[in-house]
Amino acid sequence: MKYLDEFRDPVLARWLLDAIRRRVSRPRTIMEVCGGQTHSLLRHGLVEELAGSVELVHGPGCPVCVTPAEDIDLACRLAQRPQTMVASFGDMLRVPGNFGSLLEARMGGNVRLVYSPLEAVALAARQPQLEVVFFAVGFETTAPATALAALHAQERQVSNFSLLVSHVRVQPAMEQIAEAPGHSIEGFLAAGHVCTVAGFASYLPFVERYGMPVVVTGFEPVDLLWGILECVRQIESGQARVANCYGRSVRRDGNAQALDLVEQVYEICDRPWRGLGVIPRGGLRLRPEFAALDARQRFASCHVSVTSPAPAHPPTECAQECRAGEVLAGRLRPDACPAFGTRCTPEAPLGAPMVSAEGACAAYYRYRLAGTAGSSA
Amino acid sequence: MKGPSWLPACPTPTMPDERLLLAHGEGGRLMRRLIERHILPPLKNPWLEALGDAALLESLSGRLAVTTDSFVVWPLFFPGGDIGSLAVNGTVNDLAVSGARPLFLTLSLIAAEGLPLAVLDRVLASVAAAARAAGVAVVAGDTKVVPHEACDGLFITTSGIGTLTEPLLPGPAALHSGDALLVSGPVGRHGIAVLCAREQLELTPPPESDCAALVEAASSLQQSAIGLRAMRDCTRGGLAAVMHEWARASGCTLLLEESALPVTPDVRAACELLGLEPWHVACEGVLAAAVPGEACQQALQALRRCAVSSQAACIGQVVARRSAPVVVRRALGNEQPLDEPWGSPLPRIC
Repeated sequence: MKYLDEFRDPVLARWLLDAIRRRVSRPRTIMEVCGGQTHSLLRHGLVEELAGSVELVHGPGCPVCVTPAEDIDLACRLAQRPQTMVASFGDMLRVPGNFGSLLEARMGGNVRLVYSPLEAVALAARQPQLEVVFFAVGFETTAPATALAALHAQERQVSNFSLLVSHVRVQPAMEQIAEAPGHSIEGFLAAGHVCTVAGFASYLPFVERYGMPVVVTGFEPVDLLWGILECVRQIESGQARVANCYGRSVRRDGNAQALDLVEQVYEICDRPWRGLGVIPRGGLRLRPEFAALDARQRFASCHVSVTSPAPAHPPTECAQECRAGEVLAGRLRPDACPAFGTRCTPEAPLGAPMVSAEGACAAYYRYRLAGTAGSSA
Repeated sequence: MKGPSWLPACPTPTMPDERLLLAHGEGGRLMRRLIERHILPPLKNPWLEALGDAALLESLSGRLAVTTDSFVVWPLFFPGGDIGSLAVNGTVNDLAVSGARPLFLTLSLIAAEGLPLAVLDRVLASVAAAARAAGVAVVAGDTKVVPHEACDGLFITTSGIGTLTEPLLPGPAALHSGDALLVSGPVGRHGIAVLCAREQLELTPPPESDCAALVEAASSLQQSAIGLRAMRDCTRGGLAAVMHEWARASGCTLLLEESALPVTPDVRAACELLGLEPWHVACEGVLAAAVPGEACQQALQALRRCAVSSQAACIGQVVARRSAPVVVRRALGNEQPLDEPWGSPLPRIC
């Protein structure tokens, strides 16, 4: 795959690293918003390479990490409801709620891993005797696909399909971080995939309001270094603009068709983020016209009629020890958490960021600690 | 499948709607007919045809290697192979990488009631072809039919016997600092092929499994007399699982080069798409080997002489123990621990 190799070119990466080091007058602090970027930065050793020049603060852009535990609990209860199947992306399966994960609910329940929300609609159409609930999580990137599933189900009158919507919007979370007193962030690397849908123009008001550069950045090492260099250039010259360093994917106004799908099906709402609290305008919910597809309404009685299973780990203990909220807000580096790698590992996670493929704790574990003498595994 | 619905080795063409019944496994006339018409013809050999309670074999000289493995792959057929070829090659390869010449297999079938006999025929034809290619005979077998809810189509268990080639392999405990680490071909093809087939990921063209016998490759390596330390086929857990096992056994660290790892473009694309590391994805026709550093080129030549291992590559070396047992040097030169797979990202691939 030549296309990817160009963006992993060691010579170009070295050149960019040198350019960044030369450009900074003192160590700069930049937040990469997306968990996919965090993983790539660690996988390619860029966090270490940039130490002393740029401190990368890892942002909240891991959708399954910020999905509220209560939503996971509801999904688990639905999975164990008779004649009900919960379909979800694989990444969601191992994330613990207050009373275990969907993977644990699979024993005695019905949980199905799907690669596309439309697959869940097809499952429902094939098995009319089953209630099929799709657990719709993710940022602006996945919302168009789940919106399409809602429209398909409505058009084809697949009445046994519904959505448990837990979609989140990334910009309100960035606003919350930018407004937090005492933060040291000087610029943001915006998530390339989210901007592919939303467009980079959506950040213009943000930049104006907070006076910090926002650089739309991709996921390969050269993409990331290019984005960091652009961010550093702006910081050093006292500028704050929106720059697009992921031009092969992102356009000014995004993907109009995808945005239109989201607009048709969802409306903006306040949403609790796991570890971060309620973020105003931080989520999406189904519009009233799609109320018939809303699993929360359809199974409203599920909260009371089905008793919760005995907790696998007492929730209070997790809540006390896990500092995922600080990690997600960029206030705590994963390896500075006292439980990291000892009482909290991917095999026995205390919090969602240690589980997800986009979680910052999982990235630190996977690329720094896995299998070493320091880990308890 | 293209071509006639019958096979030259099978005297009675199967009607397309004929299916397995519980009675086919109950020892009566139906069972006899199943054996005579469907099982014996493709696998034909004097030991099996005797239909005794046990196959009576000639005495074998030297030390023996014995192994057994069960196969529950779903779907039964996937690009590049099926449960039949997998059941033969999986067991044959376990013998081959142990330094043995595989000779005899047993074949135990657990089939679900309702399985079309045409499917069984196809699988058995594949078993026969794979056994011929690997130079082994299926000398004993068993068939059970269970209610359809008790089994997903067809499960197969094979056991194998082979004679060990002298001198015996020292094994992974003998790995030394400075040894070279080799793989016989591109990794991860089987896992990705089965995953794409099962989840209908519709990559074009569909990735193919590497399912193949490693008998020739293993024996070529062993005969090249280069001080071969250890061989292992990289099945579940992929190459990473083998490397971790060897690191544990030897007390050394294995340092791998990401850029040296042979990966086909389709597997690489699928891994990028699904967030998997090719190191962790299963193979069914790839072996890992450790040889003294100075014998690396000779070992590669020995492997590349065989079709199945023509793309063999040196992927790293054994070094003194560090804090991590297995370390990978990424494309940009940074070194990281490579995790042992935890469970499997891709269940039921073999």
